[in-house]
Amino acid sequence: MGTTLAVARREFRSFFNSPVAYIVIGVFLVVAGWLYFSTVFVAGQASLRAFFGIAPVLFVVFAPAVTMRLLAEERKSGTLELLLSMPMRDWELVAGKFVAALGMVAVGLLWTLPYPLTVASLTAEGARFDWGPVVMGYLGLLLMASSFLALGLWASALSRNQIVGFIIGLLLCFAFYFIDKFAMVLPESIGELLQYLSADYHFTNIARGVLDTRDLLFYLSLTAVGLALTTRTLGNVRQ
Amino acid sequence: MIRIEGLTKSYGATQALRGVSFEVPRGQVVGFLGPNGAGKSTTMKILAGFVTPTSGTASVNGIDVTVDPVASRRLIGYLPENNPLYEEMMVRDFLDFVAEVRGIPKARRAERIRSAVERCGLRAVLGKDIHQLSKGYRQRVGLAQAIVHDPDLLILDEPTTGLDPNQIVEIRSLIKELGKEKTVILSTHILSEVQSTCSRVLIINDGRLVADDAPERLGEREGGTVTVVLASRTGASLHPEAIRSTLAGVAGVTGVEQTEGEGSGTLGFRLRYGAEDIRRSLFEAAVRHDLCLLEVKRQHVSLEETFRKLTGGEGPRGPREPQVPPLAA
Repeated sequence: MGTTLAVARREFRSFFNSPVAYIVIGVFLVVAGWLYFSTVFVAGQASLRAFFGIAPVLFVVFAPAVTMRLLAEERKSGTLELLLSMPMRDWELVAGKFVAALGMVAVGLLWTLPYPLTVASLTAEGARFDWGPVVMGYLGLLLMASSFLALGLWASALSRNQIVGFIIGLLLCFAFYFIDKFAMVLPESIGELLQYLSADYHFTNIARGVLDTRDLLFYLSLTAVGLALTTRTLGNVRQ
Repeated sequence: MIRIEGLTKSYGATQALRGVSFEVPRGQVVGFLGPNGAGKSTTMKILAGFVTPTSGTASVNGIDVTVDPVASRRLIGYLPENNPLYEEMMVRDFLDFVAEVRGIPKARRAERIRSAVERCGLRAVLGKDIHQLSKGYRQRVGLAQAIVHDPDLLILDEPTTGLDPNQIVEIRSLIKELGKEKTVILSTHILSEVQSTCSRVLIINDGRLVADDAPERLGEREGGTVTVVLASRTGASLHPEAIRSTLAGVAGVTGVEQTEGEGSGTLGFRLRYGAEDIRRSLFEAAVRHDLCLLEVKRQHVSLEETFRKLTGGEGPRGPREPQVPPLAA
């Protein structure tokens, strides 16, 4: 536990000590803000639904961008050897990296809080701004992010090259986002299966304001699979 | 302290280790010698708990490195080859991070870091980023990182590579200092380093251990040369060819070569010998043939020559002779 936090803290600091953090978070905020506010006034509705429609797509790109260097760089510079000869289990290292990545995304999301606050203040007199879907939406985003980050972390462990890590991560996240988009042309049984595998489908459920165990379980298991694969890949590095 | 048995390691088709076994008692400073790719680093990586062996066992203080890696790594300070460090980190933060991951309780952390900083002479650069440091300082940071948790065993993979002669002397004396209280196993290409810092040498070649001895004894076992200057006891003239064959007949002599004598009436020879001392039989042969030994000088094969001979490089006197397996005693 202590070692996991030490790894996470170091990673978190080094992320925010580099320009990468500000570029990634900055671009995310600009794109998300632009796409959101360009629709919210047209629709004339005081809701964050449009934002929660955009953010998941952006995560497909931004989650691998956050995770791409986490292990690839350690492999390239050789510091992974230092870490892997420290008195900790491989999963503790993986958990540390994951916690750091989730922290980075959380900080990015923190900067989007002005959106709901703005919209809440714009809510027409007499009407009440509904915070329920907003809170659930953010929870859903964090869950989705954690599964994407776990996949991205695995991608980062696979190569010494960050760009390769990014592209593999992007493909994985893309696959889990778009997997159900072709469901309508397929037989219903396969369609349902694909729907269950879709990160976007479960997010839509949560963002509606209901937290179903099935949706929760989906994200948690996808995260667990990603982290387990990362740990396994680190084990292969030792071979 | 260290016990390694039948260690093998293959990376895909290449066999890096082909069954290495040795033991190191507590407090010894052991030098690991061998050409590049001989398996030095692999052995150290396995011991440090970074790489998993293909077969065989390695244990530190009775703890098998594959059975309980976390416990065995706790006993070890490791300086990997090329000394990888977090370039963008400040020296202070880096040591703090290592101390934390090493599980040093918060209360003792500052004190442990201070002691490592003191020993490695890092106080002046604590606030600098690691990428700003000179190679010598980087190496010290690597060493400080390895001793911050006060381990019993230090594994140093080529600790002086790439340093200038002054830095080499500094790092060496630091290692010597550490060797007073810790078991140290270090690898190097520099043979004089082994002679100056280690009490024992392990030479590894092509994945096998080919020698294991004290550095000064290693040459002894390999033989050397005896230079003699002879004169006749009776004043008779000396026939170089006759004396040459006499000397060649002395037990233990493997080669005879004429050199300069000390003026008229004397002859000089250089005799090569193997494992056994030839001086006594040389003396007896001289008496039998009415010769007087004016000078007898013995010289062991240097560590360099031993190294070349054992690891298949070319010796200074031409191509090496075919290796004959030693006879059982």
